[in-house]
Amino acid sequence: MSKSVDGGANSSKTRAGNKSASTDLPDALNRGASVNHHTISNQWRSYSRHHRSSAGESLSRLVATPFASLMTWLVIAIALALPQVLSIALSNVDQLGQNWEGRPGLSVYLRANVKETDGRKLLAKLESRATVIEASYIDPEQGLADFELISGFGDVLHGLGSNPLPAVIQLSLDEDASLEQVRSLQEQITADKSVEQVDVDLQWLQRLQQILELGRRAVWLLAGLLALGVLLIVGNTIRLAIAARKEEILVVKTLGGTNAFVRRPFLYTGIWFGVGGGILALLLTQFCLAALAGPVSSLAGSYSSEYQLQGLSLYDCGFLLLISAVLGWLGAGLAVSRHLAAIEPS
Amino acid sequence: MIQFNNVSKRYPGGFDAISNLSLGISPGEMVFLTGHSGAGKSTLLKLVMLMERASRGQVFVGGENLNKMPRRQIPFLRRQIGVVFQNHQLLFDRSVFDNVAMPMVIAGFEPRDIGRRVRAALDKVGLLSKEKLNPIVLSGGEQQRVGIARAVVNKPPLLLADEPTGNLDPALSAEIMTLLQQFNDVGVTVLIASHDVELIKRMNRRLLTLDHGQLIHDGLPEEAL
Repeated sequence: MSKSVDGGANSSKTRAGNKSASTDLPDALNRGASVNHHTISNQWRSYSRHHRSSAGESLSRLVATPFASLMTWLVIAIALALPQVLSIALSNVDQLGQNWEGRPGLSVYLRANVKETDGRKLLAKLESRATVIEASYIDPEQGLADFELISGFGDVLHGLGSNPLPAVIQLSLDEDASLEQVRSLQEQITADKSVEQVDVDLQWLQRLQQILELGRRAVWLLAGLLALGVLLIVGNTIRLAIAARKEEILVVKTLGGTNAFVRRPFLYTGIWFGVGGGILALLLTQFCLAALAGPVSSLAGSYSSEYQLQGLSLYDCGFLLLISAVLGWLGAGLAVSRHLAAIEPS
Repeated sequence: MIQFNNVSKRYPGGFDAISNLSLGISPGEMVFLTGHSGAGKSTLLKLVMLMERASRGQVFVGGENLNKMPRRQIPFLRRQIGVVFQNHQLLFDRSVFDNVAMPMVIAGFEPRDIGRRVRAALDKVGLLSKEKLNPIVLSGGEQQRVGIARAVVNKPPLLLADEPTGNLDPALSAEIMTLLQQFNDVGVTVLIASHDVELIKRMNRRLLTLDHGQLIHDGLPEEAL
């Protein structure tokens, strides 16, 4: 504050010297201190000026005690990064599940003695059904080739001498098909004399979805608990800041500072705690992702998949920063509403 | 400017700091308030600033009925009242300039107005050359003058001083009193709580004497002391 006006020190000194101060004060009663408040634009200017100065001063106060601030930022960052990393892990597993097509499917295993022409006939019959979107015939040779490629057990299979795999008809069903429709279709196909067995492919996918849903809820619960933790951390830190500046608060209130005026720097301090913690949380998350990327790609490689770890989108980053700022603001608000009212000049 | 109608202030526990007090102070007056400690001087000043509310009776300041003033209006009342404290209540984490500027920053003045008025106030108390210093390096008398500059920088119509010369030697006390009188000369209503009998006699202004929360004298000092 003083810096911005120091430049004019000399000129105003001479001004004040020429015009003695006693002539500067006599209109105290007539004009008073309220001259400045008569226009809304003036009010708005002073309001936004105080917001700017509060934001600036509270940030420089945090930077002035870097070690203490960093500790608080780190605690907030860890609390925010933990659910973030877990939720990224979940959505990656989800992505993996999505790659296996969301459609329910049936694998129809034909009896070993069924000829390919009969198999193809059954394929045509099944293809014509309404719920069947797509049907494909996988003959034993192709099945063996696929199995070799995916499992890496090719040598063992060659050792068997003959191909043990049956022909398979792979059916993709309508996404909207209910579980009952799928089950009755399964029974109907099983009744065919050339069919050995019919497996529903979706079951494991459904289970995965259920597990994921459970995981998602757990992450939300955890995130809620940790958000509460952030509120308390910021609240407690602000409480200490209020205690440390009690004298200043008393003077400000005696000089006619409104509650909003007194509150503002502390709320900005809370926001800075939140934003700083959020930025560190993003860095921590990126660090975790980088640490996991190697193992994930080698795991994916073993399944001959090109799968890559899905990281944070720009939207995710913005959302995390917003949440962290709001949490900081709320935590400060809690502390301020509890402790500032108790500090009244007396 | 100040009007007390049958005002009582009872603190929790039943202690009556002020009982059934009535008095009036007109705009432009300079009035001294005296009495032994515990007589109710500080309570009277607190009632004027709404640091305390009257238990009974009515307090008017500048025509406003303070009994009816909602809490959120209190800051705006305080901006109209300059206060000089015995222990000056300066903040040592900022410069003399920033201390004096506080009331104007709080009231939301433009930075250039603040610079001009703060320097005018510091010039008036003779400390313009020390605006960049931390008040902790100033002498007791200088600190008190910074406190006065802060109290008047907003050009308040009413100036309260609670034992403004309490810690100062007679020469410095006289200096402070001269300053306060100069503000009174330009129309500021000044109310000074003090138990410095010599000083009160020498100033020879209207004197209010409190005893156990009651007004026992209202007039010129020679009648009372």
